[in-house]
Amino acid sequence: MNDKKKIITGLAIFLFLFTLPIWYNLVSATSAPEPELSAKAKAAKTCVRSKEYMVAEHMQLLDVWRDTVVRTGERTYTNPDGKQFNMSLSTGENSCIGCHVSKADFCDKCHNYASVNPYCWDCHIDPKEKK
Amino acid sequence: MKSSRRNFLKIAGVSAVGLSAKPVLDAFATADADEHAATATPEKASNKKALTGKRWALVINTHKLQTKEALEPIIEACNKLHNVPHIENERWEIKWIWGEEFKHAFPGKEDTFLPEHVKHNPFLVLCNHCENPPCVRACPTKATFQRDDGIVLMDFHRCIGCRFCMAACPYGSRSFNFRDPRQFITEQNPDFPTRSKGVVEKCNFCAERLAVGKQPACVEASGGALIFGNVDDPASEVRKVLNKNFTIRRKQGLGTGPMVFYIV
Ligand code: HEC
Ligand code: HEC
Ligand code: HEC
Repeated sequence: MNDKKKIITGLAIFLFLFTLPIWYNLVSATSAPEPELSAKAKAAKTCVRSKEYMVAEHMQLLDVWRDTVVRTGERTYTNPDGKQFNMSLSTGENSCIGCHVSKADFCDKCHNYASVNPYCWDCHIDPKEKK
Repeated sequence: MKSSRRNFLKIAGVSAVGLSAKPVLDAFATADADEHAATATPEKASNKKALTGKRWALVINTHKLQTKEALEPIIEACNKLHNVPHIENERWEIKWIWGEEFKHAFPGKEDTFLPEHVKHNPFLVLCNHCENPPCVRACPTKATFQRDDGIVLMDFHRCIGCRFCMAACPYGSRSFNFRDPRQFITEQNPDFPTRSKGVVEKCNFCAERLAVGKQPACVEASGGALIFGNVDDPASEVRKVLNKNFTIRRKQGLGTGPMVFYIV
């Protein structure tokens, strides 16, 4: 039992290395992203639906929108408050990108953090990126 | 366990209490369902100005479109609006509306003694928006479908690029994106999405313009050579034009019921 010191330091190093991911995350943890509202969105005050709904369900909403527009030709959306929107991701003043003008400062802030990469922009045009 | 009258009464009592709770549970369940219904089906409507019809058709007056130059502005209007890429290499070409020689547009109708202008002038061809579209049957994902107003439309979101529709279409109206089309579009129109590598595309009869009460772009750019309307309505202009002129359609014998008519 004269190797006690060595064993304990070894154990300590092992434990440290083993739990390194935890320490690493504690130190480098990025705070949750703050999507930046454009001046236009600020003026509009509200989104298509409540903020909670949008955060949780915006992908579903977009999915319903695209099906509805393409399949039925209906393009106007009336939210529960009676406000009307043009059911569009990227075209027109009333679309997601028409109001949240900067995709980079808004959508991408969250998406980069959550590591989601919607393929929508392969086709839909972000006016800011337009050549 | 020996069953006694006492036990039986106990169980019966508990069961009765349980049953009486059911309506309460049901109420919770429906409240929940209602909430979901409210979020899943909000109110949606079409634009009040939208053009509606039961059977859209296009008449092409080829007397007014005798040269390549006459077709150009029409083709250009469509390509610009829909971000159709211009690719030099014919293998990768994307076409929505284009010029074709008579013998290719109307095989079987060519003849030895056709007038020179018919033989050599380009004919404007595009998706025929068939009454009985073979592409719709071929599509395994229902990305291509027929709307109630007869337009054969593509849902680009669902296209998996299998190209069955291209094999099924007897008119070659469909193109496949072998390349990323964005690099071949000189001027992007932000009001219409481009397509991406790996999907098929074709003319959509300007569904997005009809939805806001406008005629298709090619019709608008044609200066009266193209007439668009509802053939189901006897009072419509297309019907009047069809009544007054002899027209032909492409490969009519196949029974697809093309909705593009040619005055020759
Ligand atoms: C008319 C302007 C407008 C339109 C159109 C609009 N939004 Fe919004 N959006 C807002 C505003 C304003 C907020 C902030 C709401 C709040 O803080 O209560 C917001 C909030 C959001 C949020 C939550 C952001 C956060 O900080 O957590 C998401 C996600 C979102 N919008 C997505 C969308 C999508 C997707 C669309 C298209 C379907 C869309 N928005 C269309 C104005 C708009
Ligand atoms: C509050 C943060 C936040 C904002 C702001 C936000 N998103 Fe998202 N979005 C997410 C998250 C998180 C997911 C992934 C959800 C999941 O996978 O369940 C997502 C998923 C999506 C998806 C589905 C992607 C897929 O591959 O399934 C689409 C489409 C989308 N977002 C569009 C948008 C658009 C357009 C905007 C800007 C107008 C936007 N989002 C703004 C957080 C956000
Ligand atoms: C292959 C190309 C392509 C991709 C990828 C794509 N779209 Fe589309 N999208 C289109 C086309 C083309 C239309 C038809 C536009 C029209 O008729 O006005 C459309 C229409 C829509 C519409 C309704 C009309 C409009 O102008 O916005 C919505 C909403 C939509 N798409 C959402 C999405 C979302 C969300 C994604 C990503 C999850 C996505 N799309 C990915 C090509 C694409």
